[in-house]
Amino acid sequence: MSGAVRVAAGVPSERAVTLKHGAGGRAMRRLIEETLTTGYDTAGESAPAWAIGLTALDDGAAIPVGDGWLVVTTDAHVIHPIVFPGGDIGRLAICGTVNDLAMMGATEPLGLTCSIILEDGFSRAELERIHRSMVAACREAGTTVVTGDTKVMGRGEIDGIAITTTGVGLTRAIVPDAGLRVGDCLVVTGTIGDHGIALMAKRHGLAADDVLCSDVAPVNGLVRAALASADGAIVAMKDPTRGGVASCLHEMAGKSSVAITIHEPVVPIRPAVRSAAELLGLDPLQIANEGKAIMGVRGGETAVARVLASLRAHPLGRDAAVIGECVPGESGRVVLDTGFGRRLVAEVDGDPLPRIC
Amino acid sequence: MPDVVGLEAARELKFRDPARARELAQALERVCAEVGRAPVSVMHVCGSHEQAIAKFGLRSVLPRTLDVIMGPGCPVCVTDLPEVDEAVVLAQDGVRIATYGDMLKVPGTAYSLAEVKGAGGRVEVVYSASQAVEMARDTTEEIVFFATGFETTAVATAAVILNDTPPNFSVLSAHKYIPPVMEIVAEMPGTRIEGFLAAGHAATITGWSIFERFVERHRIPVVVAGFEPLDILAGLVKLVELVRDGTPRVENMFPRCVTPAGNRNAQAQLWRVFRTTGGRWRGIAHVPNGNLRLRDEFAHVDARRRFRIDLQRLWTHAPSSLAQLCICGDIMAGIASPSRCPLFGRECMPETPVGACMVSSEGTCRIWHQYGGHPSL
Amino acid sequence: MCLGVPGQVVEVRDRVAVVDFWGVRRETRLDVIDEPVGPGDYILNHVGFAIRKIPAAEIGETLALYERLLAEADGDLMATDVRGEIDAGREAGQDDA
Repeated sequence: MSGAVRVAAGVPSERAVTLKHGAGGRAMRRLIEETLTTGYDTAGESAPAWAIGLTALDDGAAIPVGDGWLVVTTDAHVIHPIVFPGGDIGRLAICGTVNDLAMMGATEPLGLTCSIILEDGFSRAELERIHRSMVAACREAGTTVVTGDTKVMGRGEIDGIAITTTGVGLTRAIVPDAGLRVGDCLVVTGTIGDHGIALMAKRHGLAADDVLCSDVAPVNGLVRAALASADGAIVAMKDPTRGGVASCLHEMAGKSSVAITIHEPVVPIRPAVRSAAELLGLDPLQIANEGKAIMGVRGGETAVARVLASLRAHPLGRDAAVIGECVPGESGRVVLDTGFGRRLVAEVDGDPLPRIC
Repeated sequence: MPDVVGLEAARELKFRDPARARELAQALERVCAEVGRAPVSVMHVCGSHEQAIAKFGLRSVLPRTLDVIMGPGCPVCVTDLPEVDEAVVLAQDGVRIATYGDMLKVPGTAYSLAEVKGAGGRVEVVYSASQAVEMARDTTEEIVFFATGFETTAVATAAVILNDTPPNFSVLSAHKYIPPVMEIVAEMPGTRIEGFLAAGHAATITGWSIFERFVERHRIPVVVAGFEPLDILAGLVKLVELVRDGTPRVENMFPRCVTPAGNRNAQAQLWRVFRTTGGRWRGIAHVPNGNLRLRDEFAHVDARRRFRIDLQRLWTHAPSSLAQLCICGDIMAGIASPSRCPLFGRECMPETPVGACMVSSEGTCRIWHQYGGHPSL
Repeated sequence: MCLGVPGQVVEVRDRVAVVDFWGVRRETRLDVIDEPVGPGDYILNHVGFAIRKIPAAEIGETLALYERLLAEADGDLMATDVRGEIDAGREAGQDDA
C-alpha cells in the first residue's frame, strides 16, 4: 500500500469496530451488550425461551430437555500463527468448544460442527495437518465432528483460515459462571499464561520452544472428575481464555455481585512464563489460557480438599491450586495480594495480544 | 560460591522476599515518624518505578505520612503534541512508521497513530530499535523509527545509528533527557519535594555522580534505586533518612548496577549521536536541554531532514474542550494527583484517553486507573 | 518496552549475546556494554541492549546493604526478631524455587 492516507475528518473512533472489540475485555463486552444481543426474542414470545440464553452471556446457552439440560456453544478461531508451540488452529478449534461445553457442566459432548473458511492458495498439506490435529483432539475429548461447512474466499479476502465450531451436549446439572457467594474459594486447574505467552514469545523472537508451549487441551475429562468428586461443591465455573484470569474473575465476580481477592504467591505459573511476561511487559493474569478452568468451590476446607485431590490426580490438573476467595465488597472488584501489598487486578480493555484465539 | 542455577534462584527471590519487604516497610514507617512532620514528600522520575510500585502493590504498605509522587518520568506522556503530529503526518503521507507500542494511542493535536493506522496508515510496533532496522533491511520502502524514551533508551537508538543502517532507514527522535527536568521541578514555586528517587537504569548509563551538582544547588538528597520491591523500599528508607537528618547528598542504593561514572562506552555513543536542545515537554512547558536531537553529522538518518513534514494541516483542528480540562501537566509535575482531575475515570479512561498520562503504561493516570491507585486499598 | 531485566549469558556471537531469562532466551546486543561479556555472566538488558554486566559479588553487596539498613533502622532490641523473620522468609523463598 502506498500513497496518502486520509483519516476521515470528524469520524469519532467509537463508530467503528476496532481490534479492541475482539480482545475479550471491557470493550468487547460493551459491544455485545449494546449491539449484538439486542432485539432478539429472549422472552419466549415467538421463540423457545432458553433458561440460560443470550442475556446471560455465559460460555454457552442451555435449555431444559427431559430431566436434564441441552447445552450449545459456538466459537470462531482466527489465531495467528496457525501453528504454534503446543498446537495449531485445528486443535484449538476443537478444544475451545469442548471446553466451553465443559464449563457449563456438559462434559460429554454429543458432537461438534465444524465450518472452515479458507483463503485461495492455502496449502493442502497445511490443511491436512490441521485436520489431523482436529481428529486427534476429538479423540482426546471423546467426541467427533458430525457435520460442517467449507468455503473458499479469494486471495487477500481472508487471512489464511478461519474455523468455527459449534458443540452440543447434555448434562444433568448446569454449572453457571455466576452464582458465587462470599466465602466461596477460587480454584485454578493449573498454571496460567501458557497459551498467550507461547504465542507472544513466538511473535517476538523469544526462543523458548521447549519451555514455552500453549496449554491447549480438552479439559472435559478433568472437569468431569472434579464434578464427580465435588458432590455439588463446585458452584461456578469459567475458562480464562482471552483476557486471562483477570477478565474471567471480573466476569464471575460481577455476575455474582461479589468481590474477589487473589493471592499472587500461590497462583501457579511456570518460571519461564513469568519471565517471558516480564520481558514483554505483560501481566500473566491478563494472558489467555486454553486448557484451564476457574472453579468456585463452596463447602469449606473438606470440599476444597476433595476437589483439589481429584484435579491433581488428573494429568491436566497436576498444578491445581486455590488462588483466592470471594469477599464482601464492591461487586466485580478483584484485588491482588502481591505478598508485598495489594492492588486492583485490571481488566483487559485494549488489545495487548491480537489474534491470540 | 553456590552453583549458577542456585545463585540465580537465590538472587531472584532475595530481591522479592516478602518477609524482608515487610521489614523494610516497617523501617520506613519508623523513619517517617522520626522526621517529625507530615507529609514527607518525595518524587521519583521514572515510569518503571511507578509501574513496579503499582505492580507489587507497594502503595498499600507505604506509610500514610509519606507521599511518593510520580514526576515527569513517563517518556511517552511527556512527548509533546507536535512531536506526535510529526509521526502522524508521515504516516498519513504513506510512510511506514515503527515505534514502541505505547506511542500508538497517544493523542496528537488531531489524531493518534492508532487512528491513522485504523484508517490504513502503516504503523508497526517494535520492541527495540534493532527491530526497526531489520524492518528496513527487509524492504526498499522508507522506514521511519519514531524514537521515544529517555536517555537509557536513546542509547539503544544511538547504537543502531552508529552501526551502518540501510539507506531507507531514518529516525524521528522524540527522546528526552531527565536531569534537566529535575531542576525544573525543584525550582517550581509551590513544590514540596524533599528528596528524589533516581531511576536505577538511567543511572546505570549516566553514573550517579551527575546528581552531585543538583544536590549542591538545591540541597535536596537524591537516592539511586533499582526496581525490585526490596530495591524500592530500601531506596525510600535511605531517602527519608537523609531528609530526617538534613544531610542532602547522593546515595547509591543500586550498587550492583550503578557506579559513579556509569557506562562510559554507552555515554560516548549517546553523545556522539545526540545533542541536547531545549523543548517543550507535554504539559510542563519548556525544559532547557531536555530534548535529544540528532547531531548534524547524522543528518542523513534524521527523518526531520529527510522528509518535509507539514504540521500546519493538522492545526486547523481546534483542540477538544476535554483536552483543555486535562491536568496531565500538573500531575507530571507532581503538584496534582489523578483523583483531582475532573476527567479521571470518567471521560478519560484507558480506552478513551484524553491526556497522555492515561495512554502510556507508565503514565500516572493509567497506572492509578489500572491498579486502583491510592490508599483505600 | 522491555525494561531493565537481568539475565544470564548463554552464548556470545560477535556483538550479540544469547541471554537466558529463566529458561526464556533472547538475543541482546552488546554494542553499549562497557566490559567484555562471556557465557555465565549476568547482564542487565534494556530494550534489546545489554547495559551492564552484573558481577555476582555485587548482588551480595546490595543485600548486605539492606541488612545494614535494617539493623540501623531497627536498633538492637529488634535484631533477633528481624533475623528470625528474614531466615523464615529465605527458607520459604527457597521452597518456591
